[in-house]
Amino acid sequence: MSKHLLFRHLDTPNLNQIATYKKQGGFAGFKKAVTTLQPAEVIDLVKASGLRGRGGAGFPTGMKWSFLPNNLWPHYVVANADESEPGTFKDRELLESNPFQFLEGLAIASYAVQAHDAYVYLRGEFWQQAEFLDNCIAEMKKSGFLGNKLFGTEYSLNIHTHLGAGAYICGEETALLESIEGKLGQPRLRPPFPAVEGLYSRPTVINNVETLANLPFILENGSSKFREYGTEKSPGVKIFSLSGNVNKPGNYELPLGTTFRELIFTHGGGVPEGRKIKAIMPAGASSSLILANDQALDTPMDYESVPSLGAQLGSASVIIVDDSVSMDWLVNKTVHFFKHESCGKCTPCREGTFWMAHLTEKVLKPNHTKEDVQLLNIVARQIQNKCLCALGEFSIMAVMSAIEKFPEDFAVSNGR
Amino acid sequence: MNQIADKYSREIVEILAKYPADRKQSAVMPLLHLVQRDFGFISNHSIKDISEILDMSSTEVASVVGFYTLYQDHPEGKYRFQICTDLPCALREADQFLKDLCKALDIQPGGTTKDGLVTVEQVMCLAACDKAPMFQVQGREGISYYENQTVVSAMEVINNLKEKEKTA
Repeated sequence: MSKHLLFRHLDTPNLNQIATYKKQGGFAGFKKAVTTLQPAEVIDLVKASGLRGRGGAGFPTGMKWSFLPNNLWPHYVVANADESEPGTFKDRELLESNPFQFLEGLAIASYAVQAHDAYVYLRGEFWQQAEFLDNCIAEMKKSGFLGNKLFGTEYSLNIHTHLGAGAYICGEETALLESIEGKLGQPRLRPPFPAVEGLYSRPTVINNVETLANLPFILENGSSKFREYGTEKSPGVKIFSLSGNVNKPGNYELPLGTTFRELIFTHGGGVPEGRKIKAIMPAGASSSLILANDQALDTPMDYESVPSLGAQLGSASVIIVDDSVSMDWLVNKTVHFFKHESCGKCTPCREGTFWMAHLTEKVLKPNHTKEDVQLLNIVARQIQNKCLCALGEFSIMAVMSAIEKFPEDFAVSNGR
Repeated sequence: MNQIADKYSREIVEILAKYPADRKQSAVMPLLHLVQRDFGFISNHSIKDISEILDMSSTEVASVVGFYTLYQDHPEGKYRFQICTDLPCALREADQFLKDLCKALDIQPGGTTKDGLVTVEQVMCLAACDKAPMFQVQGREGISYYENQTVVSAMEVINNLKEKEKTA
């Protein structure tokens, strides 16, 4: 059996060719679902596996599916391949190197909620990946894994790709739906939630690429086999995107609950030039900063443990920041990102990110005052809990935690 | 006469088939991608053509063009070199790379080379954080990524494009 659950291309060359994928037992999970299980049984199986969404929120996948009402049709499934969080580059590797496992997972999710059309929303920059995925979809059709009356049953399914065009906000699920509908990618007011009123106002499931790629294994091997990986509350493996000041940045598939230390030192080769780690951002630019002491380094990376450090696991995009980096520079970077990507719909985020960017610029200058830093913190607090979606909330995480945990980097004496 | 409808009749049928028949507006982004790739930018004329094909107002189409960064409303260099300088890339010297490449091309960030071939832009995260410095090139062939770059390797990419333009 393959050493990896998701990154099986590391064990099997050419896994992105349908012949190789089939030879490795590919599509058995989808076939098993369609030919031997009722849709509700598939949902129950995924619930029992404990699989949680890998896009960032960590919501239980099977439970998400069970929210779709059965009196409103058609249902849709949308795969979120808008991967745009600074520090996240895991879905891209899956799409390029193990696309059929992801597509099979999407097909399984579609059967579970009886959707006959599924969409893959890819960020616009994934132009080549979208072309490649279109070819993969065509090959699945040719081989009888997509199309009408699959495996001799009444079930039919088609998968379509939809390219975004450069907007981080479209990773937010309701903005993503707006974008497929041909509108500006701006989040919707909730409720109603997408499970009830999603794409084209129909019940819709939106799952991350990595989440979906877990499903073939669960269908084939059962939920208890899946639970042999990871922890009790965070079962399974996770792809950790490791970046920043580290010797071997890259994607690493590891069981949930692996410690930061193991990821950074055993797999990532430690920090260049023997420098010390100053901070860790476990959820990309959206992350609060973790002070990199021994206790933090020995903390297991799972959905329950990371919050004890004042942060979230999120999409597990672990950015390593060494002691050569000053935090006033770092938050200027993250704030500019969020300012640029704010969709402009709600005032706290639109105005707040603008003013934070203005202030982080000011704080970087040698003649800044204590009041500038205080004001930055006040603006961040005024954004907190007032935004329409998570983007605005994310924009303040690095700012507030940096000022709190690394005050010396914002001191007036820290002029450059 | 609708230039886009004539030129892309086959593609338009294929694109519309992806979405429910009464949801033509969903095709606006794919159609804009066709135009962006073909002309290097999206003109008011193209906006009008697309709005006619999809039964949308020109304003609605124009607002989509304005919202998404990969659609441009004015022509720049034939190839747009878009360098990510977000945090993870910046921790791997992407800011310096941007500066050095611009210097080698004798332009400012956002500027275009005198021959009109290359525009260098600073962009947000491109999901290639482990392989910085990196950039994508947006041009006639769509979008392609170049990772683990140096100024020397980037200039090589540019020189190859120059050669290609000469022979074309």
